[in-house]
Amino acid sequence: MEVNKKAYEAYVKEVTPVNKKLPNIIKAFLVGGIICTIGQICTTLIMNQGVEKDTASAWTTLILIAASVILTGLNIYPKITKFGGAGALVPITGFANSVVAPAVEFKAEGQVFGIGCKIFTIAGPVILYGILSSWILGVIAYVLKAFGIV
Amino acid sequence: MQVGKASIKFEEPPVIESMASIVGKKEGEGPLGKLFDVVEQDDMFGADTWEKAESALQKQTADLAIEKGDVRKKDIRYLFAGDLLGQLIATSFGTVDLEIPLFGLFGACSTMGEALNLGSMTVAAGYADKVMAMASSHFATAEKQFRFPLGYGNQRPFSSSWTVTGCGAVILTKHRKEGIAAITGITTGRMVDMGIKDSMNMGAAMAPAAFHTIQQNFDDFNIDENYYDKIITGDLGRVGRTILLDFMRNKGHDLENIHTDCGIEIFDPDSQDTHSGGSGCGCAASTLCSYILPKIKDGTWKRVLFVPTGALLSTVSFNEGETIPSIAHGVMIEHIEN
Repeated sequence: MEVNKKAYEAYVKEVTPVNKKLPNIIKAFLVGGIICTIGQICTTLIMNQGVEKDTASAWTTLILIAASVILTGLNIYPKITKFGGAGALVPITGFANSVVAPAVEFKAEGQVFGIGCKIFTIAGPVILYGILSSWILGVIAYVLKAFGIV
Repeated sequence: MQVGKASIKFEEPPVIESMASIVGKKEGEGPLGKLFDVVEQDDMFGADTWEKAESALQKQTADLAIEKGDVRKKDIRYLFAGDLLGQLIATSFGTVDLEIPLFGLFGACSTMGEALNLGSMTVAAGYADKVMAMASSHFATAEKQFRFPLGYGNQRPFSSSWTVTGCGAVILTKHRKEGIAAITGITTGRMVDMGIKDSMNMGAAMAPAAFHTIQQNFDDFNIDENYYDKIITGDLGRVGRTILLDFMRNKGHDLENIHTDCGIEIFDPDSQDTHSGGSGCGCAASTLCSYILPKIKDGTWKRVLFVPTGALLSTVSFNEGETIPSIAHGVMIEHIEN
């Protein structure tokens, strides 16, 4: 072909429509904000029952995960993410969605090779690299403390 | 007769004597909704897995084409069929009960073009009196294989397409005076790779392949766009169409008014949220058998160049950072004067 690949790539970029950033950022802020507010309401209500903050946070996390699991099962969570983008992907509810969705999808392939092998296809990298980066940061913190820098 | 570099002109053009199209609910709600033979409201097609659903879709469509054409199953000598799934499981499981000798084809979304190319060659050469060409795709099986589980929430870019749940089947028969339409020639595509890596912009990957095949068809037959009433690509979508028209314009061909794309015709992007358009083998196949062939039959269009386009990527090649090589097969379909 006479058009070279670099020029074609630039041309394709030019003719491909892209998402409008500002409305997306506002939607993400709204959805993410609403999810976090619901979480805060849960924590406050639980703490009002005389539960300690750490325990109340754990319960809040559980409630949000359960809500996301149910909404994924009812096919509502994908609609929320479609509207809210990262606002719905980043909170714990998005993580729960990424675990439940493959579990539902691959159920037909069996308990072991279906659900067992595929459940973490999306969340797996987050878990692996999340643990790895926490470990690296832990080592850095340990070294800095040992030398009395922090 | 061999023509030019990559084409065949049939002295005795094979004739399409029957066609059938079955689609899912969403396709039924689209602009072509009323034209399909059957709109199945149950996307599972009565099966318990998505893959079995697609197989059932193929079986039903093949049966319907046989029934509509009033053809005996045993008279169909070969079946040329394919789908998008690994190892062609929708086709291999779906066509067991047909008991017709099978050539399973993979040309990604260009499969209907490949099936028509091979089917018409087989019939024209006298190796079969009747053959069937068929291709299917299913939104859920394709999403599962190529993208994300259905329940996973994510945002799709505007350049992405929506895999059609649908199947189209035609029965080709040796040359005669009556039928739905005649296949007068073919131009077989070759691999074209312009270095596009974005699997969410397959229109951009496939447009150069469509351009190449259309240009080859013009060169081989020594014709241009004025020969055709319509040039219809498979699933370039809106982004791909823009690119194809630009490429053709640079070569001095204005396709603005005679080009359309099955992916653009099958969905309404504003009300159906399908972004760039429909895609999948079933997109070109079901549009051919519901919208294009009837228009050729009634003479609205006398000559059509049907060009299904395929992006030949896999999840492995994509993850390994490879580009998306593409292909497009041209089929010259013409009106039969009675």
